Amino acid sequence: MTAPVPPAPVPIVEMKSISISFPGVKALDGVDFRLFPGEVHTLMGENGAGKSTLIKALTGVYRIDDGEILVGGQSRRLTGTADAQDAGISTVYQEVNLCDNLTIGENVMLGHETRGRFGINWTATHRAAVDALEKLGLGHLNPRQPLSTLSLAVQQLVAISRAMVAKSTVLILDEPTSSLDANEVEGLFAVIRRLRDQGVAILFVSHFLDQVYAISDRMTVLRNGQYQGEYLTRELPRAALIATMIGKEVASLASLDSERAERDHLHTDEPILRAEGLGRKGSIDPTDLELHRGEVVGFAGLLGSGRTELARLLYGADKADEGQVYFRGKKVDISTPTRGLAHKIAFSSENRRDEGIVRDLSVRENLVLAVQAKRGWARPLSKRDKDAIVTKYLAELNVRPADPDRPIRNLSGGNQQKVLLGRWLATKPELLILDEPTRGIDVGAKAEIQEQVAALADDGVAVVFISSELEEVVRLSDRIVVLKDHRKIAEIINGPGVTADLIVNTIAEEGVPAGADAAWSTPADREVSE
Amino acid sequence: MTETQSAPARTAARLLRTPYFWGIVAIALLLLVNVLRDPGYLAITVNPANGNLVGNLVDILRAAAPILMIAVGMCLVIATGGIDLSVGSIMVVSGAVAMEFLNAAAAPDSVLAALAAFLLAVAFGAILGAVNGILVSVVGLQPFISTLVILLAGRGLAKVITEGQNTAASNEPFRWIANGYLVGLPVVLLFAVLIVIAVGLLVRRSALGLMIEAIGMDPKAARLAGIKRRSLLMTVYIASGILAGIAGVFATASVMTVDVSRTGYQLELDAILAVVIGGTSLAGGKFNLGGTVVGALLIATLDKTVVFLGISSSATPAFKAIVIVVLCLLQSERVRQLFRQRRAPGTFVPSKETIPA
Repeated sequence: MTAPVPPAPVPIVEMKSISISFPGVKALDGVDFRLFPGEVHTLMGENGAGKSTLIKALTGVYRIDDGEILVGGQSRRLTGTADAQDAGISTVYQEVNLCDNLTIGENVMLGHETRGRFGINWTATHRAAVDALEKLGLGHLNPRQPLSTLSLAVQQLVAISRAMVAKSTVLILDEPTSSLDANEVEGLFAVIRRLRDQGVAILFVSHFLDQVYAISDRMTVLRNGQYQGEYLTRELPRAALIATMIGKEVASLASLDSERAERDHLHTDEPILRAEGLGRKGSIDPTDLELHRGEVVGFAGLLGSGRTELARLLYGADKADEGQVYFRGKKVDISTPTRGLAHKIAFSSENRRDEGIVRDLSVRENLVLAVQAKRGWARPLSKRDKDAIVTKYLAELNVRPADPDRPIRNLSGGNQQKVLLGRWLATKPELLILDEPTRGIDVGAKAEIQEQVAALADDGVAVVFISSELEEVVRLSDRIVVLKDHRKIAEIINGPGVTADLIVNTIAEEGVPAGADAAWSTPADREVSE
Repeated sequence: MTETQSAPARTAARLLRTPYFWGIVAIALLLLVNVLRDPGYLAITVNPANGNLVGNLVDILRAAAPILMIAVGMCLVIATGGIDLSVGSIMVVSGAVAMEFLNAAAAPDSVLAALAAFLLAVAFGAILGAVNGILVSVVGLQPFISTLVILLAGRGLAKVITEGQNTAASNEPFRWIANGYLVGLPVVLLFAVLIVIAVGLLVRRSALGLMIEAIGMDPKAARLAGIKRRSLLMTVYIASGILAGIAGVFATASVMTVDVSRTGYQLELDAILAVVIGGTSLAGGKFNLGGTVVGALLIATLDKTVVFLGISSSATPAFKAIVIVVLCLLQSERVRQLFRQRRAPGTFVPSKETIPA
């Protein structure tokens, strides 16, 4: 439905071989980027690819170490957000940066109020606000209404219209759709198209592939801080895009088979956990799921696909607003982590720093925390019990240094992750949910954690394994649940022939990938077969 | 640090880093000032008539008892990342309830009446503490606001209870709590010491301390680890209320009168200061009950010194402020580093090594 506008000959923004380093990491390494007026340009890349860094360089938040930024053909040194705004670059963030307590009109016109003889002429200001809103098809909004009465989606549109009042020629939308529902996204896209047709250059960032393909004319792909290429959206198939993002040839993905021996997948036993229509508005659509003893179930999907959100509902880290969970066939209420833990479920968050370790506590205290929480404060673990847990898991998980009294913040990421794994194992879980347990840790620790996961499953624990690295998911899982755009789109029983490439295709095409064998089934098929 | 340092030097260096070291130094200095004024200041004599210890030090310890109570409660609340501004007002409510009860009971020698008055006072403390706890943990208000509400409402409640009067009562057993002696020591001091030890044991021998620290340091991680934040906060605010109730009994029993506008007035600030002096961060997390005790003793010493030196009451706050500012500066890591750098440039070693995770 979007006829790509042929680019004007001169890009409004041109970034040439931009480099930015942070201590110990090169966030951007010689990245090129062009943005033309009257086009929607998407920045694609995995988490940590450098998308936000590039945006922050363009908005003057980060100083560039090397390279050149041209805006409207002129070289600019952007040393602050004010500079960027002067250059006509406005940004609308995921968390809308408006003032909740002001009215819609005041927000739109903030800093551009119409002045009369006695200070601000509010009548004229609000009239101007209505004009600005009308240009985006938002004429129905009452500018004197407080902003806080609007939904997040409409607030975002107000933020865009504020950017337009500031006479921006470049509009950056950073993950604008992450908390919108389908109708709201359509509304936003209508506004984006309108602006594009008015000649505004729009830089769009989203993790939703469908949205990217629906709205963007051109895309630039980054990976590990490096420029991978600039493509016209209509010329780059989805599978090729995903392959570029994760840096694997589509063909080479196919050669990576499952390393986990084919097992008896016909689970006749009762599932440990069964979810029926489990969902939460804005994060995951109602989902059916079964988890069995001794089975590793991988959740695969791009970031923001709903894989973390689903895992959080299973533990009670977030509260589901619909659906039921049955634990060993009995309906249970898992609405808080305490309840999850009581049902022998353990969940290790992807956010190790903020939701995993307690930085200022020692390794010992971090290890016993969950067991102790489960027992309650009135029943403290004896010193001997604590020592037993500490000795067991420091040795089993090979934590270095094996000094339990050291503050955990002084350990490397991999060892912190091992301590966390120990914390959850010490609760003797029957279902262990690991969200990105191997992210950002060194190769050795990664292999050790993978081995632990396999060993746990052999001991009869049900494991949910989430990772951005598809190869890892394929290698470890017995079954792979594929998620996309907050939905479970497929369930693939792992075995010979299942490869990362099959999953990529499933995500790209949503449904039966052509040429795949019968080793997988969609949720609908499954229900028939049961 | 370096190998050339002798063992005593290392001990000294470690002592210097103890958070409440400077609190102890400040107490010693204040006592020194008093001794300079009156060489017999520290003398403790035994009253030949009844064998009781008398002297300025005993007075200081006796005066420290109420502050000790509320400071210990405050320490636990602050460790969870909160604050309890209501303790002074809870003191006056408890005192008012006890005095009104004893006044109505009109049984000057009844131990039972004294016990009932004590329990009533503690119960009111617990109830107000529970209100704080509900506002903070269930309603989700900020601790500062929740307890500010009780700070304001509490004194009003006390006035309602006593109908605006400064109710006095007579009951010897109740008076004994604050003024009596046992084995030569003030009862109130023994009481305070016992309660502090009991709280210390409860917190450190059970897992309460670990959990309080965990939710104070990282509420999100603590929640995912299964810690019940809500009930823990309830427990802590109720504990603080109970301790404030006991402090209210101590404060009113010594004069057998509740002064609705003076009892416990601004003592919450003293308690916060005691906690901070004791090396517990207002940001929550690691807490130090021993340090809090030192802090409470310092506040009491300071109060007594001001009186002893005859500093005019209008200048008292300024004097207190100076002592506390100096103390906080000495405790501050940055100021200490400045000193160290000036003393020995080149040998500067950061005392805390932090490796980014």
